[in-house]
Amino acid sequence: MSRLLTSRSAFGMLLIAALLIALPFVAALGGQAWVRIVNFAILYIFLALGLNIVVGYAGLLDLGYVAFYAVGAYTYALLASPHFGLHWPFWVILPIGAAVACVFGVLLGSPTLKLRGDYLAIVTLGFGEIVRIFMNNLNAPINITNGPQGITLIDPVKIGDFSFAGTTQIFGISLSGPQKYYFLLLALAILVIIINLRLQNSRIGRAWQAIREDEIAAKAVGINTRNLKLLAFAMGASFGGVAGGVFSAMQGFVSPESFSLIESIMILAMVVLGGMGHIPGVILGAVLLTVLPEVLRYGVGPAQMAMFGKMLIDPESLRMLIFGLALVLVMRFKPAGLWPSPERKRELTGGS
Amino acid sequence: MKRHRKVPFLHVAVDLPKMDIFLQQIINGLVQGSIYALVALGYTMVYGIMGLINFAHGEVVMIGTLVTITVATTLIKAGMPVAVAGLAGLSSAVLACMALGWSLERVAYRPLRNAPRLTPLITAIGMSIVLQNVAMIVWGRNYLTFPHLLPKVNFEFAGAHFTAVQVMIVVVSGLTMGGLVLLVYRTKLGMAMRATAQNPQVASLMGVNSNRVISAAFVIGSALGALAGVMVGTYYEIAHYQMGFMLGLKAFTAAVLGGIGNLAGAMAGGILLGIIEALGAGYIGDLTGGFLGSHYQDIFAFVVLIVVLMFKPSGLFGEKTGDRA
Repeated sequence: MSRLLTSRSAFGMLLIAALLIALPFVAALGGQAWVRIVNFAILYIFLALGLNIVVGYAGLLDLGYVAFYAVGAYTYALLASPHFGLHWPFWVILPIGAAVACVFGVLLGSPTLKLRGDYLAIVTLGFGEIVRIFMNNLNAPINITNGPQGITLIDPVKIGDFSFAGTTQIFGISLSGPQKYYFLLLALAILVIIINLRLQNSRIGRAWQAIREDEIAAKAVGINTRNLKLLAFAMGASFGGVAGGVFSAMQGFVSPESFSLIESIMILAMVVLGGMGHIPGVILGAVLLTVLPEVLRYGVGPAQMAMFGKMLIDPESLRMLIFGLALVLVMRFKPAGLWPSPERKRELTGGS
Repeated sequence: MKRHRKVPFLHVAVDLPKMDIFLQQIINGLVQGSIYALVALGYTMVYGIMGLINFAHGEVVMIGTLVTITVATTLIKAGMPVAVAGLAGLSSAVLACMALGWSLERVAYRPLRNAPRLTPLITAIGMSIVLQNVAMIVWGRNYLTFPHLLPKVNFEFAGAHFTAVQVMIVVVSGLTMGGLVLLVYRTKLGMAMRATAQNPQVASLMGVNSNRVISAAFVIGSALGALAGVMVGTYYEIAHYQMGFMLGLKAFTAAVLGGIGNLAGAMAGGILLGIIEALGAGYIGDLTGGFLGSHYQDIFAFVVLIVVLMFKPSGLFGEKTGDRA
């Protein structure tokens, strides 16, 4: 980064760092469930930034992104659980998961390169469903994925003798399992953010944006559109694969249910709602869409009790109803997302 | 249907399939395909005119089914003849869905006409979540039984069985599609629709009110969806607030298979998809030596779609689409 760190931005950085370190302890005041929610928010930041490469940078509408997440999760689950009796270490499996997801990305990308816009969307959607259906049914005749029951007792992340599951004491501070995962996730997320930032203005990133704006013009100026689109798929997919591996280790359990189409749609909604192609926007979108349903989960029931004295409407459906309405309203009043990139904002206000 | 002859051919090593099973699957596929086609028309009309995937269309179909259940069951309980109750249920479903389609467009899509292309996709998803949960609040989480509206009559033809309900579904959807083609190619509204689909700006210069045309596309598409919803209900005799999702997905696949934005394509795609699914579910076990069972039925739609788009990137009947992302 060529930007000079002034004392003010250095102070800002320190403040953010302090907040991020304090966050799991503050969240723990509301119970470990809230630490888990924070962890999921970070995991979704990870996924949303991966999808942002495909959708935001390269402009390829991918509705089956969860397939790569699933592939990563199952790779970890199969190589580190009693299911096959394998217990490989986390740091070995993570690159394998990323590589397998990457292969799937190329596998999906290569036949679909010719397709445009919405045709691509439906094919990726179909691909996601195919992967999920296979995971659901590959328990017979050879039991690979254990079908709808999923795989249980997956090993937690272990570095040497240090396990991320259970509570440990470090320097006199007691850290719970979710709190340890928080720091692991945070480190990974910072890595992903840096990769994304570096990609944005790189030769590759600019080429992707050129393809997004006008594929024919991009081709005309000598960009190898085929390879770059494949690269976008492959990179996005490997991020999904890594996220899947972490998810698997953190939960200790995977089943096809976690990888349904609605999950892909949610990740896409995070990217679009936050501000497509703009890293801070995508992060905001991921955090909001993970935390909002949880806040509603805890808020909707008591609020009804307070207002009417009894439960009028099933809180679970009311919560999703409010969530759906929020999606519609945000997009209605902020069509470019909550925090769009300055260029995109200018294009939109200047163009119409 | 030449392509399906391949099935027995691949099969020779195992044992020759009985012709009546083949015919039975074709009939089942035709019925399911007619339903897909009706729903696919709703997707394709909206897409053809405004280039938007109306993700909430499956939910419109679901609302159609549930409204019919409520109206028809209430009337039957009140002692009305079944035929009257059925017709009342159907017409109230059609009216409700038309109103719903119209308001969907007004609330979720019209304000976003000049927004980036993915924005209306997200509002569509939001509306789909809203409609599902409204349905869950109104009709509950459990499966509902659809009243028997048609007498249970069975026919037999060359060893294959089919029911009055199946005949009705194929005939009614055939007639409806014929009516739609007449509407689009023989009336002024249809001409305005085709003009808007080609070029909205020029069409409005020629005096076409594009807002009205777009509303009309939503209203007609939703009416077809309601009809399809009633058919699904009478066919499976069961309904649920989540039923619209997979149905919508398959129908959308059918529309893309035929070439989205193309009416004939949606119909052909729907029927083709129905038949392929039925044949696939019937034969996959034998074809793979028992390795894959009939629970893989849902992947056929998508596998066929991917294969077709690999060779014809804009569907079977589609024209070349513009460069959009």
